[in-house]
Amino acid sequence: MNELVLGLVTGCLFGFLLQKGGVLRFDRQVGALLFRDMTIIKFMFSAILVGSVGLQLLSEAGLIALSHKPMNAGGVVVGGLLFGVGWAFAGFCPGTAVGALAEGRWHALFVIVGMLVGAALFAEAYPFLKETVLAWKDFGRIALPQTLGVSPWHCIAVLWGFAAVCFVWCEFKGV
Amino acid sequence: MFWQRKGGGWNPYFAGALTGLLALGSAVATTKVMGKTAYLGASTTFVRAAGLVERQFLPERVEKNAYFQKEKVKVDWQFMLVCGIFVGALIGALTGRDFDLEGVPPLWRERFGPRVWKRAVGGFAGGVVAMFGARLADGCPSGHGLSGAMQLSVSGLVAMVCFFAGGVFVAKYLDRVRR
Repeated sequence: MNELVLGLVTGCLFGFLLQKGGVLRFDRQVGALLFRDMTIIKFMFSAILVGSVGLQLLSEAGLIALSHKPMNAGGVVVGGLLFGVGWAFAGFCPGTAVGALAEGRWHALFVIVGMLVGAALFAEAYPFLKETVLAWKDFGRIALPQTLGVSPWHCIAVLWGFAAVCFVWCEFKGV
Repeated sequence: MFWQRKGGGWNPYFAGALTGLLALGSAVATTKVMGKTAYLGASTTFVRAAGLVERQFLPERVEKNAYFQKEKVKVDWQFMLVCGIFVGALIGALTGRDFDLEGVPPLWRERFGPRVWKRAVGGFAGGVVAMFGARLADGCPSGHGLSGAMQLSVSGLVAMVCFFAGGVFVAKYLDRVRR
């Protein structure tokens, strides 16, 4: 099986689960930002909890290699905040926009076209950004456990604890 | 049953946990097939797709652009993953009788009215800003939020906090406009 077929099959399963999880809706995505419908948080955190334990075990077993994206302070913080601002208007992130279109939410098409334009604009701005925002401070490809000098399992335990508190809060509030 | 959700679909905890398992299976499978672990992500594909479209009109511009050179304009594993999301979501919607033609989402309608052109402008502008931000941050909620946080990457955890911080701020503002 080559990499393109693998990507397509994985994507089909991912899209199916996104759809069944009910996260392909504007109201759910913006609902989470308003703390009124936390479906996407429940979905995301559940995936992260399962994934964090599994990836740790798999990497300790030598079956996979972890690959951390660089912690470029300007890029991640400014870019992250900008993403959030756009996300609240768009109501979809890149993956869910494609899924939402498949679910019949055709206004996602405007978002997808906007995202393609945004990507092209970024490519034009890249030489400038590389010398400015992206040049502020790059901490490199760092992981939380090594940065704090603790075991990954301690971080995972805290992550599970944090998620548990969030889940209890969501269910208590009925959101 | 426990995995079902009132009003259709699956319990989000259950669907999310399965997505976690999918991320694990995918990490192992990509390592085996491609010799290098690839993680779920989506936003780089928009760069490649934009490059493929732009190349039809301005081939030299794409060729000379440093960012397109860095990310390589081609159809790769992640590109097919994003195509797969469409197919999988369509199968899910059709089998679950969840397919719903929607031009203006309910929450948007409440705030800005039923006109499609307003939603088109808002969605388009939001898409432009979101993707620009995602590329600056080098990831979206899939790459940073799911894959990064799962690996306990500092960048993934910080990005997720920033995604929500920016979003909550604007969502609150929009909500005030309505009232």
